[in-house]
Amino acid sequence: MFPAKFAYAAPSSLQEALELLEDPDAKVLAGGHSLLPLMKLRLAQPSLLVDLGRIPGLSYVRSENGSLAIGAMTTYREIQLSDEVHQRAPVLAEAAHEVGDPQVRAKGTLAGALAHADPAGDLPAVALALGGSVRAVGKGGERDIDLDGFFVDMLTTSLQEREIIREVRLKAQAPGTGAAYLKFDQPASHYALTGVCAVVTLGAAGTIGTARIGVTGVGPKAYRPTAVEQALQGQPADEETIRGAVESVADGIDVQGDIHAGPEYRAHLARVFTRRAVVLAVQRAKG
Amino acid sequence: MSQTVTREPALHSVSVTVNGTHYNREVEARQLLVYFVREQLGLTGTHVGCDTSQCGACTILVDGIAVKSCTILAVQADGAEIKTIEAYAEPNGKLHPIQQAFWEEHGLQCGFCTPGMVIAIDQLLRDNANPSEAEVRRGLDGNLCRCTGYQNIVKSALSAGRKLRGEEPFEKPDLAMGEPAAAGAH
Repeated sequence: MFPAKFAYAAPSSLQEALELLEDPDAKVLAGGHSLLPLMKLRLAQPSLLVDLGRIPGLSYVRSENGSLAIGAMTTYREIQLSDEVHQRAPVLAEAAHEVGDPQVRAKGTLAGALAHADPAGDLPAVALALGGSVRAVGKGGERDIDLDGFFVDMLTTSLQEREIIREVRLKAQAPGTGAAYLKFDQPASHYALTGVCAVVTLGAAGTIGTARIGVTGVGPKAYRPTAVEQALQGQPADEETIRGAVESVADGIDVQGDIHAGPEYRAHLARVFTRRAVVLAVQRAKG
Repeated sequence: MSQTVTREPALHSVSVTVNGTHYNREVEARQLLVYFVREQLGLTGTHVGCDTSQCGACTILVDGIAVKSCTILAVQADGAEIKTIEAYAEPNGKLHPIQQAFWEEHGLQCGFCTPGMVIAIDQLLRDNANPSEAEVRRGLDGNLCRCTGYQNIVKSALSAGRKLRGEEPFEKPDLAMGEPAAAGAH
């Protein structure tokens, strides 16, 4: 199908975009590969689309103070091809490669993925595991929003109604850190039935120092299973120990069920993929 | 309710170069690029196969990169250079090496997915000139086929890779099946 009628504007600055967002039924258009599918099914019917695609200077990847600063219109493809990403946060390139398919990756953006907060989107899990912040611009100016707490509910973030993400800042992987993103995907859409990102820093004598984990596809939003992170801290990094530590990954989560996977299966997948992601992250940290 | 909802939405000017020819058209904002190409420009080799951005039958090149034209607004493509399947064979009918490979390897049955497959393979081989079979299958993640079971499409992609790397010739004068309709010379 095709979308309901709407007005369209392609401003040439973020300031102009913000003024256009005064319309309460306006939506921001970045890559459009989450929004336009919803509009084609008429699940979303904004009266105005504000296209960021003509605003210069929003596509970049820069290293700054131990973080990667990624502009709002940077696509997954650009992330995959970025030497900076491969050197500083290779798990981000790995995860970008897992999104959708090559055509989708040519248009979809990291910032759009975070703002949209699809419960099965890949990048929210990676962003949570790496840690960092989102730089948002609104009528009141700019603010940095920590990624912990950014994902509030299904398709809901802590962005205000008339705020636009201008940049995503993700912490680089420090030396002695290994990371992995693994997912079990639906074969046609490639959405994650479960996706887990583990970022592991080794401790003394080959133990797990700290682990940061992001889980997507399981609950109404991407989340960090902090009980699992604590259970892994300081533990020996062998598979059996890890297997025990990840048991609680879906505890206390409103595990989703749909035609692709019921809640019991999804919780099981969460345990399996959290174990596998942590094991692989440990291997990479040691390697 | 916002006043923009009650007005008839404006038409937008779109200026594009498609297969080397320049076009100016007026479109509604909601016109998808795939319908612009098919209905405004009459280039119906690009297909609409789903409602969910999964099937890839709409794949075209925009500014040299393979994208799903059903998930792009025509207005977003203003100023772009577009290539569709119609521009892959030469004007005299000589097939592009990827198309030649599909011919030789029986890479199509109904042909509905084929334009999207050809263009996705074009993108794949430009990104990775010597893909493994696994990399071919990953590169075609965005293209669904209901007829073939993908085996011969993968063979076609690998054959196309060999041809484009110069490892085998891609002029085959003696095709037993006959010549393409507009063939002048083989």
